[in-house]
This record gives sequence, C-alpha cells and structure tokens, in this order.
Amino acid sequence: MDKWTFGLTMLVVGMGGTIVTLMIFSLIMSALKKVFPYRAGQDD
Amino acid sequence: MSEAFMSGLMGLTAGFAALQWSHVAMMIIGGILLYLGIKKDCEPLLLVPIGFGCILINIPLAGLMEKEGFLRIIYDAGIITELFPLLIFVGIGAMTDFGPVLENPYTFLLGAAGQFGIFLTLLIALALDFPYKDAVTIGIIGACDGPTVIYVASKYAQHLLGPVSVAAYSYMALVPVLQPPIMRMLTTKKERETVMKTHKKTVSKITKILFPIVITVVGGLIAPMGLPLLATIMLGNLMKESGVVSRLAKAAENEIANVVTLLLGLCIGATMSGPVFMQKTTLIILVLGLVAICLDTVFGVLFGKALYYMTGGKVNPLIGAAGISAFPMSARVVQKEGQKYNKKSFLLMHAMGANAGGQVGSVMAAAVMLSVLKGMGVI
Repeated sequence: MDKWTFGLTMLVVGMGGTIVTLMIFSLIMSALKKVFPYRAGQDD
Repeated sequence: MSEAFMSGLMGLTAGFAALQWSHVAMMIIGGILLYLGIKKDCEPLLLVPIGFGCILINIPLAGLMEKEGFLRIIYDAGIITELFPLLIFVGIGAMTDFGPVLENPYTFLLGAAGQFGIFLTLLIALALDFPYKDAVTIGIIGACDGPTVIYVASKYAQHLLGPVSVAAYSYMALVPVLQPPIMRMLTTKKERETVMKTHKKTVSKITKILFPIVITVVGGLIAPMGLPLLATIMLGNLMKESGVVSRLAKAAENEIANVVTLLLGLCIGATMSGPVFMQKTTLIILVLGLVAICLDTVFGVLFGKALYYMTGGKVNPLIGAAGISAFPMSARVVQKEGQKYNKKSFLLMHAMGANAGGQVGSVMAAAVMLSVLKGMGVI
C-alpha cells in the first residue's frame, strides 16, 4: 500500500468514523435524556 | 601514588569530559521548561518534572536511563506498559463534568470537527516521508490531549515520545495565544456577537450515570483498539457521577493523578537526551504539532459557522474553537473572546459542552485511528 492510499484511507475512514461515532453518541444521549428526563428535586 | 591521585581526579572530571554541546543545549531547554512552568504558570504540574527530568538525563555518565537506572525503571513500568497515561485518564474522567455536553448533545459534533487536524497533519507527515506509525503519532498531537499522545507514542513510536509529548503539552498551554487570531480571522463581527440562549438544567442523574457506561460499550464496539483510553476516562467519570465511591473518585483525581503526573513528567524529560533530541526531526515534529492544533481550531470554527447558518444564527461559531481537548482552557478562551464583542454574550456553558465533546472526540479519534490501522494491518 502506497503512502497516499494509506493517508487518504486514514483521512476518510478515520475522520469519517470519528464523526459518525460522535453522531451516534449524540443521538444516544439525546434519546437517554428523553427516556430519563430531569425532574427538579429528584435529580438535585 | 600520583597515578592513583590522577585516576581519582579523572573520575571527578569524567562528567565534564563527556559533556557534548547537545547536552548543554538540552539542559538550557530543560531550564526554559522550568521557567515556563514556575514563572509563567504554563502547565507547571507537567513542565516542572519534564524540565527537571530533561536536565537530569543530560548529565553524562549518570546512567539514569540505563538498565537499573531509576528513570529507566519508572519508564519501563509506566510508559512501556502504557499504564501512566491510562491512570491519568481515570483522574481526568473523575475531574471532568460532562454535564454541558449532555445538556446539548449536538456539541459532540463540534468535538468531532475539532479532530480534523489529526488526520490532515498525518497526511502532511506522510508527505514529508515519515514512516506510517511515526506519521500517526505526529498526527495525534492534534488530539491536543497529553495522555492520548503519550499512549499512542509509547505504543507505536517510542523514539518520538519526547518531542510529541513536549509539543502536545506546550501547545495546550499556548491555546489562549494560538486560538483567538484564528477565531477572528474566520468569523465576522456579527457572527462573533451572537448571543446563545442559556438552557435550564435538563440532565437527570441517571442519564449522567448511564453516559460513561453506554459510551464505553458503544465506543468499544466501534473502535476496540482504543478501549483502554475510552474505558479509563469513563471509569473515572462513572465513579464521580455515581456518587457512591467518592473516596475512589477523589483518590483518582488527586493522589493517583498527582503521583502519576510526577512520574510521567520525569519519564518524558528522560526521553529528551541531547544526542537523541537535537535533530532536525524534532523541529519538524514541533512545527507539525503547531499545524495540527491550528487546523483543529480552523475546522472547529468552520463547523461552528456551518451551525450558525443552519440554525439561522442561533449558534455562535466561536464555540467551535472549543471542540478540542484542551479542557477547560479552550472554553474559557471562547468565553473571553465572545465577551470582547458582546458584553451580553455568555458562551461559557456552550463552549464547555463543545470542550467536553472535544475531550471525548479526541479519545474517540485516537481509538478509531488505531482500529483503522489494525484493520489495514499496519499495527
């Protein structure tokens, strides 16, 4: 594998993978917030 | 008798005789690191032991990094085994409040945008003919996260540990100097003046407890090679948020983190031996590290700008600059910069969200990177 194939794969798959993973985290945490909403008093 | 005298005296002057110009230069650099830590208060917890370690290792014939040398023993125990950065991560997890990023989960994406510098710098390093693993290690300086950098370097490019660690910690300390010009260059006055709504507290305790568990499992499944990094930071955070092991959480963020920071700093300093450190490669790595962190800021702010237009001007693009892992320094820089243009603008909590997202983002970027490397058969 030449260095440009390696570098571009890292850029596309690596950066893409990071964005997708954090997007998944964002969706999961939004869902968890809806499932377990904050209740004043109970969660303080 | 006179021969014995001469031999004895030779023993006392051998250190001076073995001194090379590179040792002296590195002692001066060690002195500068001490000065920055003590006088300028730049990351003193690290720069003081690093600077002192740097001076120690450049005293010839002491053998501190030779077999059985005390620095070698610490280095083998904590760096070769990757234990020190992981223990530091437990402490960071216990210190970090991920509440702001959970209040606005979209800020995770700002944390992702702030990692572009890693991958672009990797490309530049490859263009400069660095071997693959070295290029990866140099790129990871863009994570702007000391323990992540040390973890990757100790695993894949131990010969670069000194320069990449020094670059990572130095540039983290320079965030207040490096970021504002880039933020101003990429945004208009109107964008910088944007006031963001403050949110009421919306995250329940159970969500905060589930956060580290869910992130560990999902992140670990996506990028198993980075699980040690992710798991340790999340373990620290779970201890903090659960509230039932406060003794462990306090030990992790105080005693353990302090002891490991001392040993880690000494070990980094110990890699800065003159003949090894004083090379053209070191200078290139320092420049590439700077490029990486600037690129992180550029892409963070550009993503913030995109959000500004997508939300019809509800997001201040400056918060994108906080999508790096320099926590909480970068968030403070954003707050200060926002206040300069609009006294009614309070960006701190939003920037803290992006900054906490950047903390997770940098760990995830390293984890994804290692897993992709494994998938490609490079490691």
